[in-house]
Amino acid sequence: MLEVDNLWISYDRIAALRGVSFTVQKGEIVTLIGANGAGKTTILRALSGLVPAARGRVTFEGEDLLSLPAHVRVRRGMALVPEGRGIFGNLTVLENLRLAAYTRRRQDLERDLAAVFGIFPRLEERRHQWGNTLSGGEQQMLAVGRALMTKARLLLLDEPSMGLAPVLVQEIFRVLRRLNEAGTTILLVEQNARLALEVAHRAYVLETGQITLSGPCDELRHHPKVREAYLGGA
Amino acid sequence: MFPIIAQNILNALQLGSVYALIALGYTMVYGILTMINFAHGDIFMVGCYLSLAAALFLLGLPLHLPAGLIFLGALLFSMLLTAILGVAIERLAYRPLRQAPRVSAVITALGVGLFLENFTLAILGPEPRHFPPLIAMTPWQVGGLSLTLLQLLILIVTALILVLLDLLVRRTLMGMAMRAISDNRPIVPLMGVSVDRVISFTFALGSAIAAAGGLLYGLAYPVLDPYMGIRIGWWAFISAVVGGIGNIRGAMLGGFILGAVEILTPMVLPSSTYRDFVAFSLLLLLLVFKPTGLLGRPLFERV
Repeated sequence: MLEVDNLWISYDRIAALRGVSFTVQKGEIVTLIGANGAGKTTILRALSGLVPAARGRVTFEGEDLLSLPAHVRVRRGMALVPEGRGIFGNLTVLENLRLAAYTRRRQDLERDLAAVFGIFPRLEERRHQWGNTLSGGEQQMLAVGRALMTKARLLLLDEPSMGLAPVLVQEIFRVLRRLNEAGTTILLVEQNARLALEVAHRAYVLETGQITLSGPCDELRHHPKVREAYLGGA
Repeated sequence: MFPIIAQNILNALQLGSVYALIALGYTMVYGILTMINFAHGDIFMVGCYLSLAAALFLLGLPLHLPAGLIFLGALLFSMLLTAILGVAIERLAYRPLRQAPRVSAVITALGVGLFLENFTLAILGPEPRHFPPLIAMTPWQVGGLSLTLLQLLILIVTALILVLLDLLVRRTLMGMAMRAISDNRPIVPLMGVSVDRVISFTFALGSAIAAAGGLLYGLAYPVLDPYMGIRIGWWAFISAVVGGIGNIRGAMLGGFILGAVEILTPMVLPSSTYRDFVAFSLLLLLLVFKPTGLLGRPLFERV
C-alpha cells in the first residue's frame, strides 16, 4: 500500500533522515519505534507533505506521493493524526469534524459523523464545546475522529499515547485495533515501545535517521537490542 | 441640543459604516496571514473608481435605468473586479514572499499601494472625479432629525454585509477553514483543505467588501482622487486595531468608533483638522493600555 524508498530529509542542511526505506501492506499495523530525535515524527511529516523530502521516493497505492501537495495527499486516502493532536481551539468539536470532511460529499456527512460518535460517544456529548476546552484524552479522540472523517484508508498516528492517563491510552489503542480489524491500515509512531509492539504486526527500529532493525513484532520483542534499548531491559 | 447630538450620531454611523467595511479587509488578512495589507486602502480607492466607471457607463446607456438598478449594477461590478484585483495582488506580490521575513511583506504591501495610486494617476490624471448623484439626497425630517435616503441605504447595505459576513465565518465550511488557519495553519492541509485557496478567498472577500465601501463612500462624499485611499485606509486600519486586529466583530466596532471620532471631534475641538490627531492619540493610548484592542484577543476569536 505504502512504499518508502531511500527517503532523505534535512532541516537546515542537517540530515534528519538518511535513506530510510520501509513498506506498509494493506491491512497491517506497522510501528516505527525509536528514541527521541531518531526521526520518527519527521517520517510522518514527510509522508503527509508537511516537510519536503530532499531525496527518495514514496508511493501510495502505486502513485507517487512526493509531487503532491499535502491537502491532495489527504484526498488520496491518507490522514495524519499529528503529534500534539492539532485540534483547532476556536472551532467546536462538530466544526473540527466537519472541516475534516471538507473534500467529501455532503450527503455522507451525517452518516460519517454518526460513525465517529459511535466510536467516541464522548465527542457527541461535547460536540458543541470549543476545541480548546477539551481534556487531553478528548482531544486525542477528536484528532482520530477527524482523521476518520477524511475516510482515510491509511492512518498515520504520531504518539497517540503522549500525555494520556493509562486508562485513556488503553481506550485509544482498543479503538485503533478495532479500526484495523475493520480494514484501516495503520502506521504508528510511538515512544511507548512496549505498547506499540503489542498492538502492531510489524515494526521498524529507527536510530539517528536510519532503520537499524525490522521484523514482526513477536520477534523484535525478544531481540536483545530492542529489549535493552526500548523495553527497559526486562 | 438633543437633535444635534442625534444628528451627529447618525452622521457618525454613516461614516463609520465605510470605515467598518474597509477595516474588515485589514482584519481578515491579518487573521489568517498575520500580515498587515497596507495596500488595502488603495484597493478601496480602486473599488471606488470602478463603481464610478460602472455607474457612468450605466447612466450613459439610452435605457433610463432606475437608480436602484444602477446602484446594484455598480455594486456587483466593482465588487467582482476588485475581488479579482485582491486575489491577483496576493498571488503575484505576497505569495512568493510567504516564507520571507515579515518586513519584506510589509514593504511589498506599501509598494503595491504606491503602484495602485500611481497607476490610477497615470491613467486618469490628477484632477478629482465627481460621483453622479444616484440616490436622492433630499432629507426627510424625522423628529427634528434630517435623514436622507442615501444615509438609510448606506446603513442598510452595511448592516447586510456585516450580518452575511458574520454568518459566513461562523456557519460555512469556508468560514471554518478561515478560523482554523488563524488558529493553527500548519494543521489545516491535513484536513484536505488547500490553504492557498482559503487565502485567495479571503483576499477576494476583503477586497469585494472594500469595493462596496468604495461605492457607498463615493455616493456620500462624491469627490474621488487617486490618493483618497491613503487617509481612509489609515483610519480603517486604526479601526481594525482599536477593535482588536484579527477580530471580525472588533473591526465592525472599531469602524463605528472611528466614525464617531471624526464626526464628534469638531464638536469638541475648534476645528476638524484635529481629527487625525485625536484618532492617532486614541490608537496610541489603546496600544499602551490594551494592546490587543477592545474586543481582546487577536485572531478570529470564537464568536
